[in-house]
Amino acid sequence: MIRFLLSILAAILLGGIVHLATVLAMPQASTQDAYSRLVPLTPVNAVVPLPTPTAQASIMPFMDPAFAAAVCRYDLSDGIIKLNAPVSQAYTSVTFYTRTSVAYYAINDRAAGRRAIELDLMTAEQHAQVPEEEDVTAADRLIIESPTITGLVVLRTLAPEPGMMAMARRALDAARCQIGPVQ
Amino acid sequence: MLAAAIGLGATWLTLTRGVAFGSLTIGAWTAWPKSGSAGIDPYARAIIARTGELPIGMGDGVAFYARADDAGSDFDGRCTFTISGMTPAARYWTLTLYDLNGRMVANTLDRHGFTSEEVVREADGQFAINVAPRARPGNWLPTGGIERFVLVWRLYDTPIGVATGTTKEGPMPAIVRKGCS
Repeated sequence: MIRFLLSILAAILLGGIVHLATVLAMPQASTQDAYSRLVPLTPVNAVVPLPTPTAQASIMPFMDPAFAAAVCRYDLSDGIIKLNAPVSQAYTSVTFYTRTSVAYYAINDRAAGRRAIELDLMTAEQHAQVPEEEDVTAADRLIIESPTITGLVVLRTLAPEPGMMAMARRALDAARCQIGPVQ
Repeated sequence: MLAAAIGLGATWLTLTRGVAFGSLTIGAWTAWPKSGSAGIDPYARAIIARTGELPIGMGDGVAFYARADDAGSDFDGRCTFTISGMTPAARYWTLTLYDLNGRMVANTLDRHGFTSEEVVREADGQFAINVAPRARPGNWLPTGGIERFVLVWRLYDTPIGVATGTTKEGPMPAIVRKGCS
């Protein structure tokens, strides 16, 4: 009887370990995450508009259909990313995701406080290579550190009414995501 | 064998039921503001990896999900639900209807939600949205008659969820079931 109870207890303990291990491994093991879905549709280090989600087709689940969206699938192995996104009349935001879809930074037009959201995206190592005085003079350009070499930058512009979707899309067409030297 | 079954079973359950920590519930609505930041918990990370969605970033806004009305009855696309009241402070909001897998639902109007600019309001700024299978006067959000649906209320440029630990975050709109066809 005791042996039986002990084996049950051992199974529950082991089960707990299996459970934790599978939960922690899921982000690395997934082949259906947002980044994997975007690989066949987007070139590296370029802003690509995403089709507005419809009932028939949506690249990712739970996309907001009131927004025009574009994505820059980035790879920082060859340099830093210089991002420039003009803001639209309604609402514009830029969100940064790691390779495993963790939203590590997001900024909107009001927080940027200008007519365009301008950012330098780099890894912590690349940031360390930026000369000290350069860091100070370039203070008007926001520097974002990416925790991963690859990831996603998603630009979103609100169309407050369906008739304004074309305008929202045009605002995103002017957005740039270009590779640049570390300096 | 039993261990593997328990472990994988628990993983499956938590990832499909949507168990995550740090939730913020107001009425029928629940948000996970931390899922939009680097402080996301392992369960939410695993859920996102499995579904393929990109969570709304914390500096962008916050998303509230509802699967049932204020009385706790699950959303049924063959019933009429009325959403009314006030919304928390935000520059813009959008309301969208999805099926349980996060896909929008086909309907004749091609309407999948409302934005704060589109919704027709009363003189006092309040509004009522009818979520119903058949056409309704005023703000009609079609359900397409599907069995179960989810409503997502997204607040953009909002202080909600950024200041954690506060309980007086409301108000969120009330959801009341009005009857089924």
